[in-house]
Amino acid sequence: MNWWRRLWHRNRMEDELEKELRFHLDQATTELMAQGVDRRDAERQAQLSLGGFEQLKEYCRDVRGTRWLEDLIHDVRYALRTLRENLGFAAVALTMLALGISGATIMFTVINGVLLKPLPYPEPNRLVAVNGVISTFGEFWGFSNPDFSDVKRESRTLDVAAWTYGGGTISEPGNPEYLDGRQISFDLFSVLGIAPMHGRAFRPEEDRQGAAPVAIISYGLWQRRFRGEASAVGRHFTFEGKVYTVAGIAPPGLQLAGDVDVLTPLGQATEARMQNRAARFIHVVARVRPGVMLSEAQADLAVMSRRLAQEYPQTNAAIGLVARPLQQELVKDVRSTLWLLLAAVGVVLMIACANLASLLLARAISREREFAMRAALGAGRGRLTRQCLTESAVLGLGGGLLGVVLSTILVRPFVASWPGILPRAEEITLDRRVLFFAFAASIVSSLVFGLAPALQLPGRGVERALRVGARTIAGSSRRLHSVFVATEIALAVVLLVSAGMFAHTLITLSSLDPGVDVRNVLTARFPLSPTARAKPAQIGQSWQEVLERARRVPGIQSVALTDIVPMRVGENSIGYWTTAVPPPPNQAPIALASSVSPDYLKVMGIPLIRGRFIDEHDLIDSPPVVVIDDNLARRAFGETNPVGKQLWSPAFRRSPLLIVGVVGHVRHWGLAGDDRSHVRDQIYYPFAQVPPPMLPFFSSVMSIAVRTQVPPLNVVEPLRQELRGAAGDQSLYEVRTMEQLVGASLNRERFLLLLFGVFAVLAMLLSCIGVYGVVAYTTSRRIPELGVRMALGATAVKIITLVLGDSVAMIAAGVTGGTVAAWATGRLLERLVEGMRPPEVSTFAIVLAALVTAASVASFLPAWRASRLETTTALRQE
Amino acid sequence: VAVPDKADLPQGTLDLLILKVVALGAVHGYAIAQRLQQVSRDVVQVPQGSLYPALHRLENRGLLAADWKQTGSGREAKFYRLTRKGRATLDTETASWRRLTEAVRLILEMSHAGAK
Repeated sequence: MNWWRRLWHRNRMEDELEKELRFHLDQATTELMAQGVDRRDAERQAQLSLGGFEQLKEYCRDVRGTRWLEDLIHDVRYALRTLRENLGFAAVALTMLALGISGATIMFTVINGVLLKPLPYPEPNRLVAVNGVISTFGEFWGFSNPDFSDVKRESRTLDVAAWTYGGGTISEPGNPEYLDGRQISFDLFSVLGIAPMHGRAFRPEEDRQGAAPVAIISYGLWQRRFRGEASAVGRHFTFEGKVYTVAGIAPPGLQLAGDVDVLTPLGQATEARMQNRAARFIHVVARVRPGVMLSEAQADLAVMSRRLAQEYPQTNAAIGLVARPLQQELVKDVRSTLWLLLAAVGVVLMIACANLASLLLARAISREREFAMRAALGAGRGRLTRQCLTESAVLGLGGGLLGVVLSTILVRPFVASWPGILPRAEEITLDRRVLFFAFAASIVSSLVFGLAPALQLPGRGVERALRVGARTIAGSSRRLHSVFVATEIALAVVLLVSAGMFAHTLITLSSLDPGVDVRNVLTARFPLSPTARAKPAQIGQSWQEVLERARRVPGIQSVALTDIVPMRVGENSIGYWTTAVPPPPNQAPIALASSVSPDYLKVMGIPLIRGRFIDEHDLIDSPPVVVIDDNLARRAFGETNPVGKQLWSPAFRRSPLLIVGVVGHVRHWGLAGDDRSHVRDQIYYPFAQVPPPMLPFFSSVMSIAVRTQVPPLNVVEPLRQELRGAAGDQSLYEVRTMEQLVGASLNRERFLLLLFGVFAVLAMLLSCIGVYGVVAYTTSRRIPELGVRMALGATAVKIITLVLGDSVAMIAAGVTGGTVAAWATGRLLERLVEGMRPPEVSTFAIVLAALVTAASVASFLPAWRASRLETTTALRQE
Repeated sequence: VAVPDKADLPQGTLDLLILKVVALGAVHGYAIAQRLQQVSRDVVQVPQGSLYPALHRLENRGLLAADWKQTGSGREAKFYRLTRKGRATLDTETASWRRLTEAVRLILEMSHAGAK
């Protein structure tokens, strides 16, 4: 019989044991009686020869090998019974644990889905992103199309694919709608190792100029526009004014740096940038070929980048190529934030454990007599320890179970509230690994809070414990109590100071000047209708009409066009210098370059510092002009007046650019990020001077910005109506007010502040409960002693001071330890969080004052209660 | 929890003796005790307190199997019999016991000769 069956048939086995031994006794008795011994003597002798009947049964049970399990079941039952008797304690303990464990589980679920799980592609560890790297600038993702083609052709170690953004307007079938799109190389699907759900991927011959337009559409678009019919493959739709044939349906949930609705072949694009080696707009993904090490791929890339640099020094000198694991590349923006939050949640869980440990310790001491009794009845120390740990494990697992239930409910809302894009969000699920984590967290927690009380068990001196009863507290347990509470306070200080730092940082950042007047400004992406773009000669005229129509909308004060909106994703940068003699290639300083219409300065409310802004006379046939921001002016020209001087940027324009004005710097990279960004110089140039071959492309990426006299969101609908265009295929999308964009640039900081704030308040509350609990408990145990003191003439004040004395030491120790730990944490946060200010003395002062006050109140209550006791009542408790 | 060692038997021999007795035919606990006592002419005083735990241990290890059968007097008793594994164990244990006792005997006689 295996041990499980032995356990299962426990009752039958008990019966059989009884029967077998009984048979032995009866046999022995009968035999003795046959020898002439009388019945009573015979029974007695038989008994004696066998030894103690019940004891023998115990020995037989011991050899079954199921003893530990039976004990465990017994202990669990006992633990449940004691918990049921003490419902208040059980409720508090379970709530604390459930909160702590669910927090940790939610964070781990997210980390598991985003950071730990392999990408949902075959052999995901062979997938890499290929980045460019310039020693003075760092890494960047951009590839030019010629570079991509060369690398793809020459690489012996990598299968290389590419994608770039390529959204646009769908106009047939159904209403015009803007779609998120990507242009991809034909083999992107095969490099990733995925296949379309229906239909097929692109063919090599479709990835060329002049091939018939084909597209792969998303699962969502297929459902929306084609009602999910299988016959959609092979049907047609109009996108960006061209008729595309549906080649395939992408698998559901496909993402390429965000949602995608339409995929078109990159090679069919005809824009000038496709031939420009300086235009780096392509993301490159690659799969390391079988049998090739990543290091070999890196060496291969290094060779290719050196060759490109020699062959095309103008554009490629000093640019290296490097492969990064795709998974790391996808999640690098959120990694530190996620671990930071897990750490914070972990601290809350630790506080909850410390709190529980001191509660359980108090209970263990009250139960000293019970344990002494069990020890006296023969329970070994190991056995008692096991029982204690079983009790805490029951609590821990109960809390863990509740925690898992809570986290299944809360993980979706948490992910939804994430500021900005959380990569791989759709892969976040509660899987086996998460359950294992929750289980481990529960068990470790129960060990943490259960061990101290278990070690306090009476091992020696049982009779003393029995005799003395539950009155005195051993010095060691009081010290242990204090250690737990001090730890809690220290951890709470760490969280409070972190929260304080976030608050301080947020306040500082919000008070920064974004560089634009954010009130009453509305921005939206607005590509010109594909039909209008098809006739380059009239594009300028079409834009003029757009501006005039928009200006007619009631409530709109001024209107401008721009290709870059401050604090919104999507930018264009160029290298520049101030002499006709170029610096070594790719060593030039880099500036953000916006192509704008004359009213841009007025709409955005950017201050003009010197000279003039772009005006109506800067046209395609007049000399090219630029306006620079004061950062660029200071860096390039120092104190001298830059107006009238020239800039050179051959990749951008052959002839020199005349500087006509200087304007204020705009915090383009967000209030938090701008100070740390690589590109802080800014150049504005007239949209009217964009060379005609570039105009169709520019017209597809322009945005419109309007300054209003009314709340800006009120003009969205009238503006949309006014700008629909003759064919009804022009629409506004990504509609944002500047206030929203500025606010969103602090979302990460605000989100972290909110979470840390909640954690910190929770931590403070928990540690105050801890302080209160311990002081109340130790005081209640000291009441007889206090009674004697009162009888001997101690005043109420004296009693209060006496009781408070202990807690003051405890709080002081916690605050000291916490301050040191918080300072270290602060330095860490400064490195991890963009724009974080160093911890301020004032932050510490406020936080510590609040915590010490709260803790003092928590410990004063029981002290005050003790001082109000009648002497006689106190003494009678003896 | 240790089984009290009332036996004067060397450690582990009780198991071997039980296996030997059971090998002669299915038998219940009381009879095993009796048989051991009789065969050893009362030299081996079977510690009855350790007999049953030993039987159960051997059963758990799969060396013995048990069935409930009627005795001659018509009562139900638990009869033990040897399993195949039990027989194999008995053979190896008997062999090693023989080797051991022979070795002990040799050593004892050698020391006797040395004293002369």
